[in-house]
Amino acid sequence: MMFALTKIGALTARDDVGKGLPMNNDHGHNHHGHDHHDRGSALSETELRVRALETLLVAKGYVDPAALEAIIETYETKIGPRNGARVVARAWNDPAYRDWLLRDATAAIAALGFGGRQGEHMVAVENTEAQHNLVVCTLCSCYPWPVLGLPPAWYKSPAYRSRAVIDPRGVLAEFGVSLPADRQIRVWDSTAETRYFVIPQRPPSSEGLDEAALADLVTRDSMIGAGVARQPAAAS
Amino acid sequence: MNGPQDVGGMMGFGPIVPEPEAVRFHADWEKRVLAVTLAASATGVWTIDAMRFSRESLPPAMYYGSSYYRIWLEALTNRLIAEGMVTAEEVAAGASREPARSVPRVLRAEAVSPALAAGTRYAREPSAPARFSVNEAVRMRVINPPTHTRLPRYVRGKVGTVERAHGVFVLPDTNAHGLGEDPQWLYTIRFSGTELWGVEADPTLSVSVDAWESYLEPVT
Repeated sequence: MMFALTKIGALTARDDVGKGLPMNNDHGHNHHGHDHHDRGSALSETELRVRALETLLVAKGYVDPAALEAIIETYETKIGPRNGARVVARAWNDPAYRDWLLRDATAAIAALGFGGRQGEHMVAVENTEAQHNLVVCTLCSCYPWPVLGLPPAWYKSPAYRSRAVIDPRGVLAEFGVSLPADRQIRVWDSTAETRYFVIPQRPPSSEGLDEAALADLVTRDSMIGAGVARQPAAAS
Repeated sequence: MNGPQDVGGMMGFGPIVPEPEAVRFHADWEKRVLAVTLAASATGVWTIDAMRFSRESLPPAMYYGSSYYRIWLEALTNRLIAEGMVTAEEVAAGASREPARSVPRVLRAEAVSPALAAGTRYAREPSAPARFSVNEAVRMRVINPPTHTRLPRYVRGKVGTVERAHGVFVLPDTNAHGLGEDPQWLYTIRFSGTELWGVEADPTLSVSVDAWESYLEPVT
């Protein structure tokens, strides 16, 4: 634990690492000397530092407080993996759209109204009976925000980033995904500003579903390649 | 730099912990860090590559012991101080003591949606043809710059195949340090698992990275 400060006045520092998911993945189990017995209105050292920095940047005029609220609202309510699910559902339902998506993902995704920050240069890759695709960013947390939203904590964790490129089948097993031994595994390390997302395989029993019902089958993890699409019966 | 961020192929970080899709943040302060980082970056004082370098410059023990948004907080604080936008004393006090420095712009609330929707394009017009062709074998250069690079250690010296040329993109290695964009051709380079990890690697595995032209050399 890097921050030694555990008591701030009468307040007890909460274990912000436990809440924020530490990169060493022992969240919920570490104590780091923090006192868990006196929560109350406790503010952690991290919370206090964040408040102080935000206050300072607003006071300096570098940051508009209303802009902060607009950013949070955008990523809490407007930009998330349901966007990508709509893209996948369209691709499943419309072969011409699928072809366009594979050829020029940025344009095809923009046609459904999605694009922008962290999705400026999109590439779609398709899972098939021959090849399974898995997306990672070993160097940081590059992720296609316009279609998938903010990355889940595990995607940013060294546990995932380190092993995805050397033991993807082991990684997939932790997500409950087991692929045939002869399935080719392709891992895409997002080392540039290109952003990858996966078109999962369409469940075989999904014929006749409309695009909204198809989108319900598309999980966030399946668009990273860490999962597969739901079966229709499990979607409802 | 060979910093803590470059984890491809490392071991010992423990299990991966899946989380429900509905989880966006784990604490309110994470939202604030996200928003403050995006808004402060929108001043245009630094580039995305510079902020990545700030994160990977954190001491490894701190980097690995911190949640991702905590890393963002540490890196943002360091970057703001380094750019002369705030002082360490002001950060500690949470109050302004010095005049603000001028910044190129301030992101206003009404500009947030257009700015996020527009993003920042990193592609540039080519000024020269691509040096390498699709299906050509290339070797990744062995370099160990103390500065920012997007060439991971696990592919340095390895031979792969050019799978795609994406066009010309801003080079992070210079852009992170105020040395200009030096736009270069960007390629997807595909490696076999055995080339990267040896004969015991999963024979069905292949891995690709996106690599700028100066990361590559011809295989002779």
